[in-house]
Amino acid sequence: MTQKIIIIGAGMATGRALEQLIETDPDAYDVTLFNAEPRGNYNRIMLSPVLSGDKTYAEIVTHSAEWYEENGVTCRFGERVASVDRARKVVVAENGDELPYDKLMFGTGSNPFIIPMPGHDLDGVIAYRDLEDTELMMSMDDSNKVVVIGGGLLGLEAAAGMAARGVDVTVVHIMGHLMERQLDEAAGYLLRKALVDKGITVRCQANSKQILGENGKVRALQLDDGTELPCDLLVMAVGIRPNVKLAQDIGLAVGKGIHVDDQMLTSDPDILAVGECVEHDGAIFGLVAPLYDQAKVAAKTLLDEPATFVQKEISTKLKVTGCDLFSAGDFAEGEDREDIVFRDPARGVYRRLVLQDNKIIGAVMYGDTADSNWFFGMIKDGTDIAEMRETLIFGPAYQGGTPMDPLAAVAALPDDAEICGCNGISKGQIVAAINAGADTLDAVKATSKAGSSCGSCVGLVTQVLGITLGDDFKMPEKETVCKCTDLSHDDVRKLIVAKSLKSIPQVMQELDWNSPGGCHVCRPALNYYLVCAWPGEEVDDGKSRFINERVHANIQKDGTYSVVPRMLGGITTPDELRAIADAADKFNVPTVKVTGGQRIDLLGIKKEDLPAIWYDLGEAGMISGQAYAKGLRTVKTCVGSDHCRFGTQDSTGLGIKIESEMWGAWSPHKFKLAVSGCPRNCAESTCKDLGIICVDSGYQILVGGAAGLDLLEAELLVTVATEQEAIDVSCAFYQLYREGAQYLHRPYKWIAKVGLDWVKEQVVEDLENRAALAERFRYSQKFYQVDPWAERARKGVDSHEFTPLADFTKVAAE
Amino acid sequence: MTDFIDIGSITDIPVQGARLVRTAQGDIAIFRTASGNYYAVDDYLEDKAGPLSNGIQHGEMVTDPMRNWVFDLATGEAQGADEGRVTTYVLKIEDGRILLSNAAIANQVAAE
Ligand SMILES: Cc1cc2nc3c(=O)[nH]c(=O)nc-3n(C[C@H](O)[C@H](O)[C@H](O)COP(=O)(O)OP(=O)(O)OC[C@H]3O[C@@H](n4cnc5c(N)ncnc54)[C@H](O)[C@@H]3O)c2cc1C
Ligand code: HEM
Ligand code: SF4
Repeated sequence: MTQKIIIIGAGMATGRALEQLIETDPDAYDVTLFNAEPRGNYNRIMLSPVLSGDKTYAEIVTHSAEWYEENGVTCRFGERVASVDRARKVVVAENGDELPYDKLMFGTGSNPFIIPMPGHDLDGVIAYRDLEDTELMMSMDDSNKVVVIGGGLLGLEAAAGMAARGVDVTVVHIMGHLMERQLDEAAGYLLRKALVDKGITVRCQANSKQILGENGKVRALQLDDGTELPCDLLVMAVGIRPNVKLAQDIGLAVGKGIHVDDQMLTSDPDILAVGECVEHDGAIFGLVAPLYDQAKVAAKTLLDEPATFVQKEISTKLKVTGCDLFSAGDFAEGEDREDIVFRDPARGVYRRLVLQDNKIIGAVMYGDTADSNWFFGMIKDGTDIAEMRETLIFGPAYQGGTPMDPLAAVAALPDDAEICGCNGISKGQIVAAINAGADTLDAVKATSKAGSSCGSCVGLVTQVLGITLGDDFKMPEKETVCKCTDLSHDDVRKLIVAKSLKSIPQVMQELDWNSPGGCHVCRPALNYYLVCAWPGEEVDDGKSRFINERVHANIQKDGTYSVVPRMLGGITTPDELRAIADAADKFNVPTVKVTGGQRIDLLGIKKEDLPAIWYDLGEAGMISGQAYAKGLRTVKTCVGSDHCRFGTQDSTGLGIKIESEMWGAWSPHKFKLAVSGCPRNCAESTCKDLGIICVDSGYQILVGGAAGLDLLEAELLVTVATEQEAIDVSCAFYQLYREGAQYLHRPYKWIAKVGLDWVKEQVVEDLENRAALAERFRYSQKFYQVDPWAERARKGVDSHEFTPLADFTKVAAE
Repeated sequence: MTDFIDIGSITDIPVQGARLVRTAQGDIAIFRTASGNYYAVDDYLEDKAGPLSNGIQHGEMVTDPMRNWVFDLATGEAQGADEGRVTTYVLKIEDGRILLSNAAIANQVAAE
């Protein structure tokens, strides 16, 4: 006997269910199909190719008018189901028609989420869900600007589709990198690069504040930093919500979606639901694969055949030409999980597998997704990969083959890339020397000069030897930055400059890092290398700095902080002292101490109080003393010729001049100076990173002293006649150290490596080079001589660091 | 069912940043990782580590700023040779808001 079924929504899920039903038993049901959209079933996921012009709408229609007719489906397209009377088992259409049913199936899909920010209801603010949205986007051309909010799958497909039509598109994404649910930072960086190449502007970590309009139509998007992005159309692709309104109104059990059991039955046994509108076992769905499984189960349930819906692993691919991206499974990191990461920077390829118990549980691939099905199959089947672990990441073709060469980064360098900065030797010249018979490091040094000066490029030269000679050359063991890379500090520094790398994710991707986000050892080192290499560019990432540098105060063992204002040359005034005393009183500072570096330290300050105490000190003209920095600390001075009967020069004045020029600079490690007015050396210049001793004929400059775990006497670099020369040599020496030393090496360690003679060549003998170094230092100072305290106390920089997100202590106390 | 309390917007914490929720029983650090995941863990591991909210994040881990212990944010377990576990709390994200389980604030075992 034929029963009546009414289907609400002609979507991807119900379309499939309908096919299954009719294929299995065409006479079982008399079908009526309602759809709010004025058309029948089409392949929604192919809207993106329609948008980009690769397909037409006609090509993505899945069921034609003839098909519905042949199969006796009554179509009510463009009509919404207004309500359902479950007691009487009738459906009420928008026009008031009442239609009786035996079975009812919900397939209402989902609604795009529209952020309720001011202006969201303006004309020209749309989502990306149906043909109408797509057609609006297709009406844009190269005279238009469009902003897309949301850097996920949908947003990027919308952006790429419009960019293909010549539209000026900007993607605004709230997270730190694109598609953060599928990709890690490094793969997100590759994707961004590919999109930028397509002419799309990408703004990550951008928080939208409001949509601005004119005559009721969208004009621009305003970000919370005030930036306005003008646009003629604004597309929001920030997520979806199951469309449950109708189900809720008629009293079905609804959570995030319409609750269904394993047979796709809702809380009413005559009503089924499939697709994005359902919630099964706590999960909701946003991709078609599981919906098709649901559709099959629903069709069987309607025909009284046993069937059970089981959730499976799902995978996603981004449908943007030229951006091959695949992701599947679970790729959160965890205690018992391991990552295998493979990067081939030259080809822009990234692969990451997440393993647990010798099985692949997640996979991300970018650039080359040819093997994605092979990996996805292993995820679904839970294949044991212990046997092939070594070569797994290279894909099926490599099983049993040899692993990739870890020297890929160096191999990929072009011939004209400079390897030895001191002598200006390129990779091509080194290869030529090797091919001419230089088959050892010493021979290369002797014949090409590469690596024969400061020595910091020896690692790279060795790698070039390894690549050129292949198996004939045995690589010496070397110290790497950390377990995340095979490269040494020197290698990384050179490659950052040679390849013009400007962010941590970029370094990790291009230099083949083998962990997804680095570790606490490499992140701060990379951050410093970037800060040093690219002054004036926004490369500094506070999140990669140690806490002291991040909050500009020294953390103490009880979690409080200490505050040391700068006092140039150790000179202060009664006004400054009064301000310090007032601040100490006001903030109940438990300890006030005079430091070894001639400064005053206020200890025991609560983190929340830091901006306020900085504000007060700032009012009295004081700035951060940077007692926390891997950077310029203090210049100690003695009283010198101003007051002392032995004084030969104005040591205090010189100390103040040097400190005024150098404060704010970052370096591989802390850098301390002193200036003494005569060889009695009251400022202890002989154990400083750089110490100056004034003599009758001028200034002795000593470098590489230490008075910590190691005790070392500073050695004479040069004696100069004038104050200006003393300042220039100091700046040049500091810059040479900043550019060359490995992170966390004090100058004495670096000098031990490169040799004092080489340092003398660079800053004493070669006057041109001295001037160039000093010039580079002064250029960099233009950007780094900013008082970090004022920025935080007055401009609200990083305010999140100093205030709790929420405070429930007071609530509890009531 | 666990009850939740709204502690702020997802954008109140910068990417790879952390902020504190103060409770009568001590501070809870809320982390936002590079991959956009949020976690709630105790800021201190009594006598062993903390304040973790001040550490450097990498992946879904954080390194203690004082002693360089590395903790898995999802499980709270110390990694490598170090042994210990910081308490983790249930947290969820809904409509751009961060919701922390009431149990975390009352500091009962989240067992309902
Ligand atoms: C541009 C785009 C690209 C996508 N790309 C992919 C992809 O690459 N891979 C992938 O797996 N997924 C993709 N998706 C997601 C996929 O399209 C959805 O998961 C799928 O369409 C959901 O199917 P559904 O049947 O649940 O709902 P829908 O296909 O949305 O159908 C629901 C229908 O119900 C109608 N309706 C709602 N309420 C009523 C009512 N009261 N009365 C009558 N009719 C009603 C709606 O108008 C709608 O036509 C994409 C989605 C979009 C928008
Ligand atoms: C992160 C760890 C450290 C911090 C935050 C720190 C901080 C300080 C501060 C604030 C001062 C006071 C004056 C100044 O600004 O120079 C100081 C002085 C000093 N520190 Fe440290 N310090 C640290 C580690 C060390 C280590 C490891 C050593 C030894 C290797 C050391 C040796 C010294 C010496 C010798 C002085 C006296 C300096 C002088 O007289 O000029 N410090 N330190
Ligand atoms: S170093 Fe010389 S000039 Fe300076 S205070 Fe001591 S004795 Fe006087």
